Amino acid sequence: MSEEFKIEIVNPEKSFLVKEDVSEVVVPAFEGEMGILKDHISIISFLKPGIIKVISKSGDENYYVEDGIVEFKNNNLSILTSSIYNLSDMDKSVQQDLLKKAEEEVGKSDINDQAKYLVDQKIEVLKTLN
Amino acid sequence: MASLDDLKKRIASVKSTQKITKAMKMVAAAKLRKAQESAEKGRPYSEKMNNVILNLSSGISDKENAPKLLAGTGQDKVHLCVVMTSDRGLCGGFNSNIIKKAKSYFSKILDENKELKIITVGSKGNDQLKRIYGDKIIENISFKESKNANYFDADKVGKIIIEKFEAGEFDVCTIFYNKFKNVITQIPQTQQIIPLNDEGSENSSDESYEFEPDEDEILSNLLPKNISTQIFKAMLENSASEQGSRMSAMDNATRNAGEMVDKLTIEYNRSRQAAITKELIEIISGAESL
Repeated sequence: MSEEFKIEIVNPEKSFLVKEDVSEVVVPAFEGEMGILKDHISIISFLKPGIIKVISKSGDENYYVEDGIVEFKNNNLSILTSSIYNLSDMDKSVQQDLLKKAEEEVGKSDINDQAKYLVDQKIEVLKTLN
Repeated sequence: MASLDDLKKRIASVKSTQKITKAMKMVAAAKLRKAQESAEKGRPYSEKMNNVILNLSSGISDKENAPKLLAGTGQDKVHLCVVMTSDRGLCGGFNSNIIKKAKSYFSKILDENKELKIITVGSKGNDQLKRIYGDKIIENISFKESKNANYFDADKVGKIIIEKFEAGEFDVCTIFYNKFKNVITQIPQTQQIIPLNDEGSENSSDESYEFEPDEDEILSNLLPKNISTQIFKAMLENSASEQGSRMSAMDNATRNAGEMVDKLTIEYNRSRQAAITKELIEIISGAESL
């Protein structure tokens, strides 16, 4: 029996990635990293900034996301996100820009705890990339 | 009858107008293809988003305490209408159709003695509405600088709406836009986004999901995003409709200009021939009298 399932990543502009032969996906869910294998129970969760790791026969891929929703159902994994970058062709300058913006945001005085937590996460992830 | 010179000038001017409308038509056709493509590409996102929300809301047992964005404030007094139009003119009935639809909705609300607030997106809608409903317009947003509809702009509009909702400035929010059917037909649409209309919810599965964190938290995170997504969808449909409408309007204008040129050319030839005939008669009758 094959251990593969389908993944679909969409952003508002287009369908970002569709793959049928994925064996494992690791997503940065809100309450910690979550690995998804075939026949996982149906789940809905949302993402915090981090790295999505897609493991398949044709090679591993890493994506950086800032937010999004994950839905897994009937061996279909859908990820809805408004900001996603493929790490292999993500420019250093883009990373720096995002980092700078995040650092500006964290310095604001009117930021609430949850937003601060998310931005802190973002900064941490971006720093490890560099 | 106009003099030959005048006719010549008019023909030249109509011809140059025709050149402009023809160029605009071709530009619109090129842009239409792009806009249509992105409208189609944007659909999976809003569909998926809708599905997830449907699945979530069907899982909510306690309807009373559901987030306000989903259930509404329980009142129906203040209506916020977001009228989405284009920033540019010369696109046929595109803007007027939305405005017409919006106006009939406005008068219905005012007849029921409810309060009306308007946000216009796109400067053309603002121009047409400010004469009658000027005091009702609370915000005018325009994206003249951005070439294509993008999510960032939609998110801005969405944030404004949510901010106002959380401040308790309105109870019901409706958006107006044109849905793209084909190049000739665009259908003005009215869509209620707050509270969420769960039409067609019967197709949501009753399969149970695991939620992480709990439903409420996911919903309160998801619903604001859904507003932006719906606005974005409306923007994409709108931009495709605008180009389609402009293309057919400019096609008509080009054809009309062509007809006009033909008519003027015939008139020009006739009056030139008349002048020649007149001159000949004068010469002949002059020679005869000798």
